[in-house]
Amino acid sequence: MIEVHDVWYSYEEVVALRGVSLKIQPGEVVAIMGENGAGKTTLIKHFNGLLKPSKGYVKIFGVDTRNASVAELSRRVGLVFQNPDHQLFSETVEEEIAFALKNFGFPSDVIKKRVEWVLKLLDLYELKDQSPFALSGGERKRVAIASILSYDPDVIVFDEPTVGQDYAQKERLAQLIKLLKSQLKTIVVVTHDVEFVAENFSRVVLMSEGKIIADGSTRRILTDSDLIRRARLTPPQITQVAWELSDLGVPKDLMWVSEARDAILRVLGVKY
Amino acid sequence: MRILAGFEFKRGDTFIHRLDPRVKLAYSIAIFTLAMIFTHTVTLSVLFLSSLPLFYIAKAVRKFLKTLQGSLFLVGIVFVVNFITLGFERALAMSIRLLLIISCFSIFFLTTYPEDFAEALVKLKIPYEFALTFTMALRFVPTLAREAQLIMDAQRSRGLELEKGSFLRRLRNFIPILVPLIVGAIRKSIRVAEAMESRAFGASPKRTSLRELKLERRDYAFLALVIIMFVAAIYAKYFLAIEELISTFLRFG
Repeated sequence: MIEVHDVWYSYEEVVALRGVSLKIQPGEVVAIMGENGAGKTTLIKHFNGLLKPSKGYVKIFGVDTRNASVAELSRRVGLVFQNPDHQLFSETVEEEIAFALKNFGFPSDVIKKRVEWVLKLLDLYELKDQSPFALSGGERKRVAIASILSYDPDVIVFDEPTVGQDYAQKERLAQLIKLLKSQLKTIVVVTHDVEFVAENFSRVVLMSEGKIIADGSTRRILTDSDLIRRARLTPPQITQVAWELSDLGVPKDLMWVSEARDAILRVLGVKY
Repeated sequence: MRILAGFEFKRGDTFIHRLDPRVKLAYSIAIFTLAMIFTHTVTLSVLFLSSLPLFYIAKAVRKFLKTLQGSLFLVGIVFVVNFITLGFERALAMSIRLLLIISCFSIFFLTTYPEDFAEALVKLKIPYEFALTFTMALRFVPTLAREAQLIMDAQRSRGLELEKGSFLRRLRNFIPILVPLIVGAIRKSIRVAEAMESRAFGASPKRTSLRELKLERRDYAFLALVIIMFVAAIYAKYFLAIEELISTFLRFG
């Protein structure tokens, strides 16, 4: 469980977090959204102790992050950073993925098994002997994800996983999140991608100027025009269509294609 | 990385900011030369103290203090190494000398707009390509520092512990930081070169400049001051043997 209590954090001159409180239960799938500079990345860097609060506290499974090392916390909370190029350094994909396992002191037979398992899970097995630098953007991203999943953390945090990824890659990511969810992993994703959130997440935490301005069901938040504007997002396209058609009797809180289809057909009086 | 705070240009409109970069460069080189030829703790300290008012005039005291704080580690190493090989007095002098060198170049880079610096180098007959390469290298220092921080965050999140193990092990711990940093820097430099070429860099051999540097009265005044100080210091060192005098004085009171 992640417990953030009244956390303040400032970089040298800028106050990035202004009293953030948040609880995430095991098994939850949460999206953190908000404008650039809202404090999202600063917040998730508190989850594995890379940043320690200037005021307030963060507890990870009951452990105060101020009393634990980044390595200890990372064992349970895996952070996948936005840019895979900030971490790839090994000669082969296989070694790259084994890096974290070695750091955490897994025995070599376990390392071998885990690496093979995650290579297959992320469809990287064929590339295992290649240099990570020779891979495509999408493949590099998958290697970065694999290097975190390999050691099986309880919480997996993704920072902007969909940026610069094509549709197929996004779809793959959605599948992966579903799979992790079925394994009762806790998943936190920082993203601007409203469509991706509407389709895959049940809870949204909305941030603006270092504060949480809303926390609740994805539907309630992404279809609230006022909140959306304050966090400088655009609503999902389906929601926009629903708003345009609202004077014909289409409900305003739609966000899925299937719902919109049903609602429009109902308005048209078509039997189906 | 905080050591770099004092080398990053900060926009400002003070006397020091307005000085011609060539004159400021002359000052930095003069102080640097003096730092090299003087060897006594007292004389080096006097030189160091004399450079401090410039930071006050340039309203850059805080940045400078940050740089000092950041350079403590480096100064500490210099002190320890010299202490072992040459003893306390020389170690102290060496540390102050290093601080002096940091401060005299810090004031230059803190108050000189990178474009003006390139322009000054060109005026000093250095080919524009070299001048630009140099200023761009400086421009990328903070970018690289930021990049290094991101890389460290990513590797620490994968369980890398930089401070763990023997000395050799600790050095090896830096490989996962350095490889992505260098690869990234090379990629970035290729991108920058492409961007420059697509904006017709080098299309005309003779470049003109938007802002021509011109020496003003204040520049001549400051330059004169630098020259007087420099000559006086040299005179004191070689003709008055001031450092020997100080040593004797300290020894016999």
